[in-house]
Amino acid sequence: MSHDLRHDGTSTYAVPTTGTVVLGPTEIQRALTRIAHEIVERNKGTGDVVLLGIPTRGVPLAHRLVERLTAIAATDPGSADPIAPAGELDVTMYRDDLRDHPTRTIGRTQLPPGGVDGKVVVLVDDVLYSGRTIRAALDAISDLGRPRAVQLATLVDRGHRELPIRPDFVGKNLPTSHTERVRVRLAELDGEDAVVIQPAATTPTEGHR
Amino acid sequence: MKHLLSAADLTRAEAVHVLDTAAEMAATQSREIKKLPTLRGRTVVNLFFEDSTRTRISFETAAKRLSADVINFSAKGSSVSKGESLKDTALTLQAMGADAVVVRHQASGAPHLLAHAGWLDAAVVNAGDGTHQHPTQALLDAFTLRRHLAGDPALGATSGVGADLDGLHVAIVGDVLHSRVARSNLALLTTLGAHVTLVAPPTLVPVGVDTWPCEVSYDLDATLADGKPDAVMMLRVQRERMSSAGGGFFPSPLEYSRAYGLDARRLAILPEHTIVMHPGPMNRGLEISAEAADSPRAVIVEQVANGVAVRMAVLYLLLTGQHDATPVPVTTTTTRTEEAHA
Repeated sequence: MSHDLRHDGTSTYAVPTTGTVVLGPTEIQRALTRIAHEIVERNKGTGDVVLLGIPTRGVPLAHRLVERLTAIAATDPGSADPIAPAGELDVTMYRDDLRDHPTRTIGRTQLPPGGVDGKVVVLVDDVLYSGRTIRAALDAISDLGRPRAVQLATLVDRGHRELPIRPDFVGKNLPTSHTERVRVRLAELDGEDAVVIQPAATTPTEGHR
Repeated sequence: MKHLLSAADLTRAEAVHVLDTAAEMAATQSREIKKLPTLRGRTVVNLFFEDSTRTRISFETAAKRLSADVINFSAKGSSVSKGESLKDTALTLQAMGADAVVVRHQASGAPHLLAHAGWLDAAVVNAGDGTHQHPTQALLDAFTLRRHLAGDPALGATSGVGADLDGLHVAIVGDVLHSRVARSNLALLTTLGAHVTLVAPPTLVPVGVDTWPCEVSYDLDATLADGKPDAVMMLRVQRERMSSAGGGFFPSPLEYSRAYGLDARRLAILPEHTIVMHPGPMNRGLEISAEAADSPRAVIVEQVANGVAVRMAVLYLLLTGQHDATPVPVTTTTTRTEEAHA
């Protein structure tokens, strides 16, 4: 066995931040608040909505969105059911590139108590890039149940799609070059909130998942 | 990792990682749709030179749950019975494009030879070789131990994730001499921080056991009463490896059963939380009584279910990832003592 066994895609985030900070804590908070309002608007309430975060950084983002949706529901006497707690959807075993990267650590999949059947599932991820993670997520969901609809929320859309996939809710559109790296850092995991663009040469390994 | 040949090759971090992966695999097995597309298009060959039911079925189930194609190859009814050598069998599998070969062989070291002779590019998984090693059995036993004793069993499959077996006391009882399960478990459980006591009649303890990292006892009652083990692992008396009825290793089955069998009386001596394990197939009435095997403390059936999850994890870790890009050599050194008794 070799050392790559421990590779879990998060290690590259441990390198000291270099590069340009494009979103700070306030901007990230505002973007999430806006996305939460857009989810309520699009679905006319949150009764059937289930948020599923894609590990690693989609999970805390989904939890933050549920907090905001709960707060919105509290101020709106017309809204009916409270929103379900956020779930986690690991897509590792559905990826199409398992042979092209070091072995990936399998994350946790945990659905909220009501499951996803007949619900509106909102997938939450940090960065939308090629769209391949979302393709894997759609396959993973179909093995878990049959939602009424699936929507996609992402904190950053950096373009360069390789599949016909588009987000429904976007925190920030970031036009990037293929060679750049986009890093999302979140307080829950990294101690601070920031979205950073790094030029390619600063990290030794292929970083984006 | 490229091959899994011996439980002794795993470091503590690697072993915990395999167990954590197995926990997530086990969680997927409670779903309505148990099949995952992970190994689609990959071929796993079960190459069994020795009879086996549960290990072969377990590997076959694991590979199929990950969508790999499975080819079963048993020595009986194949060219091996016409005298084909291991090398020619390996070259045939190579030509057929096997991605992983799960091998069980009556000769200790056969999987190591397959992995390192240059006949095969496939990943080799040792599914039991002679009296040497059976690493996936040790992993599934460690997984079962961790689930019950290092976590909260109520959490189900993901109980104990991230933990090792630090401080646990495991008694391994029975035919240690012929047991690859005992050798594999001793290596892995010790790596994970557990303390192992081997209990066997002196005739069924291998020469050189004093160099193994464990205690040896000839008295089961004393070990159960004074050692207060957290788990008791009963070994099968391997009569097929003994020359005649008892092979001269013990006077009679009845006498073995009285001195080293786990029965209701011995079960009552054990602490409340102690679990009873057996790698199967059981000789009921010889090393374990029906009361012990069917008691609520026995986790023998769960061991079988955990075996599928652990083997899914091993196949996943062996068959994904860029192995060309990580030329770190796999160490397959076995200790001298183990080789001497293999």
